Amino acid sequence: MPLTYYLVLGAILFSLGVLGVLTRRNAIIIFLSIELMLNAVNLTFVALSNHVQNLDGQVFVFFVMIVAAAEVAVGLALIVAIFRLKETVYVDEINLMKW
Amino acid sequence: MQEILFFVLAAVAVLSALGMLLNKNPVYSVLLLIVTLFSIAGLYVLLNASFIAAVHLIVYAGAIMVLFLFVIMLLDIRADVEHINLKRLSRILALLATFIFLGETFLIIWMSLKGKAAFVGLGEGILGDVPSVGELLFTKYLLPFEIASVLLLVAIVGAIILAKRKLRPEPPAA
Repeated sequence: MPLTYYLVLGAILFSLGVLGVLTRRNAIIIFLSIELMLNAVNLTFVALSNHVQNLDGQVFVFFVMIVAAAEVAVGLALIVAIFRLKETVYVDEINLMKW
Repeated sequence: MQEILFFVLAAVAVLSALGMLLNKNPVYSVLLLIVTLFSIAGLYVLLNASFIAAVHLIVYAGAIMVLFLFVIMLLDIRADVEHINLKRLSRILALLATFIFLGETFLIIWMSLKGKAAFVGLGEGILGDVPSVGELLFTKYLLPFEIASVLLLVAIVGAIILAKRKLRPEPPAA
């Protein structure tokens, strides 16, 4: 399998994640799009690790997963806290920091 | 064979990611993203990274996505949801999933009886199985590995404090 295929697939998935972050209003969907972007990068990491015959890339994927898990825990707790305060998860209705 | 598998998995990943973006119901979005994650795990197997594929399935599909579902159901966001009755379809799908699981179990037993390892990468190139990646994690990347555990602890404490009901302490009773 040529490396290019995997890189193109990673690029497509990453762009779909960007599209989701830019277009959707639901904070949870935005979080899911961020997860999609992280996974696109992980796929690129593993494909390149296979290409250059070096396992370091796969260890980096492991660390990306750890950071993603921490990010999701804190992010979802933030969403729950904001929902308690404002009764909404739509980001255009959350304007606490806007003056 | 490998090319066919790659294109099938890639098409499933891209289509379900699109569905995740276009769906109005957040629960369906999460389920479609799980489909994407499963096909990415298949691609990891194609790239000979069986350890990463297993961790990816356990951490992402098993833990992170369940967390998303918990929060969606906890918050009860139903502003733009259409109710579709899936009772009969879901029953058929549950039966199908049970039989697939049964078949997988038999396959694993059969393979271990024949002395073949059940977890092998499909592609060629460097083998990212559990021993080789684990060795790297506990030698060259030992310090980042330990720091990562501290990061997870901080995230747990932060999430509990953020999600607690009262953000401010109660005023002392007079």
